[in-house]
Amino acid sequence: MKARRLSAPTLLLLPAVIVLAAVVVVPLILSFYSSFTPFRLTRPETFFTFIGLRNYQRILSDWNFWVAFGRTVLLLTVALNLEMLLGLGLALLVEKATRGQRVLRTIMMFPMMFSPILVGFQFKFMFNDNIGLVNNALQSLGLTERAIPWLIDGKLAFAAISIAEIWSSTSIFAILILAGLLAMPKEPVEAARVDGCTPWQTFRYVTLPFVMPFAYIAMTIRSLDVARAYDIVKIMTDGGPAGRTELLWTLIARTAYSDARMGQANAMAYFSILLSIVFTVYFFRKLAAARTQIGAEW
Amino acid sequence: MATVSLKKLTKRYGTMEIVHGIDLDVGDREFIALVGPSGCGKSTTLRMIAGLEEISGGTIEIGERVVNDLPPRSRNISMVFQSYALYPHMTVRENLGFSLKIAGVAKEETDRRVAEASAILGLDALLERRPSQLSGGQRQRVAMGRAIVRDPDVFLFDEPLSNLDAKLRTQMRTEIKKLHAKVKSTVIYVTHDQVEAMTLADRIVIMREGYIEQVGTPDEVFKRPATRFVAGFIGSPPMNLHEATVADGRLVFSGGGSLPLPGRFKATVSAGDKVVFGLRPDDLYPVGHGLQSGDAADVHELELPVTVTEPLGNETLVFSEFDGRDWVSRMLNPKPLKAGDRVAMSFDLSQAHLFSAETGKSLRT
Repeated sequence: MKARRLSAPTLLLLPAVIVLAAVVVVPLILSFYSSFTPFRLTRPETFFTFIGLRNYQRILSDWNFWVAFGRTVLLLTVALNLEMLLGLGLALLVEKATRGQRVLRTIMMFPMMFSPILVGFQFKFMFNDNIGLVNNALQSLGLTERAIPWLIDGKLAFAAISIAEIWSSTSIFAILILAGLLAMPKEPVEAARVDGCTPWQTFRYVTLPFVMPFAYIAMTIRSLDVARAYDIVKIMTDGGPAGRTELLWTLIARTAYSDARMGQANAMAYFSILLSIVFTVYFFRKLAAARTQIGAEW
Repeated sequence: MATVSLKKLTKRYGTMEIVHGIDLDVGDREFIALVGPSGCGKSTTLRMIAGLEEISGGTIEIGERVVNDLPPRSRNISMVFQSYALYPHMTVRENLGFSLKIAGVAKEETDRRVAEASAILGLDALLERRPSQLSGGQRQRVAMGRAIVRDPDVFLFDEPLSNLDAKLRTQMRTEIKKLHAKVKSTVIYVTHDQVEAMTLADRIVIMREGYIEQVGTPDEVFKRPATRFVAGFIGSPPMNLHEATVADGRLVFSGGGSLPLPGRFKATVSAGDKVVFGLRPDDLYPVGHGLQSGDAADVHELELPVTVTEPLGNETLVFSEFDGRDWVSRMLNPKPLKAGDRVAMSFDLSQAHLFSAETGKSLRT
């Protein structure tokens, strides 16, 4: 009897282990396993047919998958770069404000307070070719005669999605970079001014290197965010028209739930997680390098 | 190299005036120390010279050119900051060469000047390190190197040694002095430490509450302080300063004790005048344990009880009570004394100072 008694540490850890196993480990293993089966939601018995790497072979030779993959990377690149630039600009402006800085900081964060679904609806309305605000404004200003098909033309729709994405998340960059600016010691900037720097040179050689680690933190967060972009696109274009704005996760969701091919969708999902991992590793490397550079003690 | 001239220099923050129209002429290659307690306006003055603070009134000339409206980069100055202000993301070599890179100086010339400064300051082994890998003293040397490399008209130092520990401070003080001997340039040096000012400067400017109290060589400000404030500020331990009233050719202290009126002041004060009597610890000593007096007739002796002694090895600071107050004296060739001993003390009144109790100005003519 005595041998079957669990030791106190094991006993105490058991609840946590059970909960974790139930909500994380088991689903993970099941979904990973299912990516090696032709599992369809409509035919549960397919879950038990093992087909090896066939799902992976199929998606990797599927042109549509690669297009969605490439488009996601493109969205990441465009959104992150523009958000970084705009966020930096915003942070610099807010930092210059001598009064009302708190209010400005709060206002700056407003876009983050809205649900992405609502942001999607709002921009869908704004970019509507018929009744949308953007076309209305452009026509009233006499800039164009015709209705621009914002959400119908593939390139324009991508631009519209990027704008919505950037609008909603630039403040992450702005807030983090502003934190960097506020934490920055003033003396090196003064030293640079005495050393002969113009304001631009002071920014380029002293301020920017100091805030870059903060920008990399924002980039890490945002790269994970954008790599799993779904909600705004789902609402604005639903990957359409005719797949012209299809991103990884809209494609995966379509495969899983509309086509009910859960096994293949899981294969796609596991493959696209690689993308997130690559970006995270990349930005963490950059962050580590930038931190060493400024001799940060955090 | 250049002269620096401040004319009616004023600094106001809103309605608060911090620096009240000060005048100062700094000669070419002169080492000037601005010294005073915190809040006296010395750092503000330096930052106005650097161009980091706007000037509210008056003018600043560097090399006979009015620089009021010039940005710091156009003034050809170098500044060493209290917190070193090194660029954290650059190596020591890059820190040293940064101003030259900005100025577009050729690579070979930059390398040569960096090597020169590095040799002067002994930084050769540290050139590839970043500031975070350096100790305080090393950082301060890099900050000075960065200033030297520019070959500026004027060096500005803003309390450069305040962040260092006492031992390192003494060491760096000597290095700064050597450095000035080598690079021979105009230096304006701000410090709150009168010892630093005394040891380094050709002339000392003592500031208080936005006014200049006195400008003079270390010898002048020590031996002939223009005001009671300067007398108390310069010298360690500080001068004994006690209020007294002139009566019958004597100085009568508030407790009733009195000393003869020093001969030098007989013509300048009259009975009933309220004055502040000042005597340095060097001029008050147990009989036979002080410096030779210039005028033996002016040495006055009193027997006083000792309250505290502070032995320093080569000398002992002896605190004794006279007229109900502590008077500090410096005892050379010390012999053991303890609290409660009664000791005959010499007051060398030929070295005494008198200040007006009302204005604080020296009554010496």
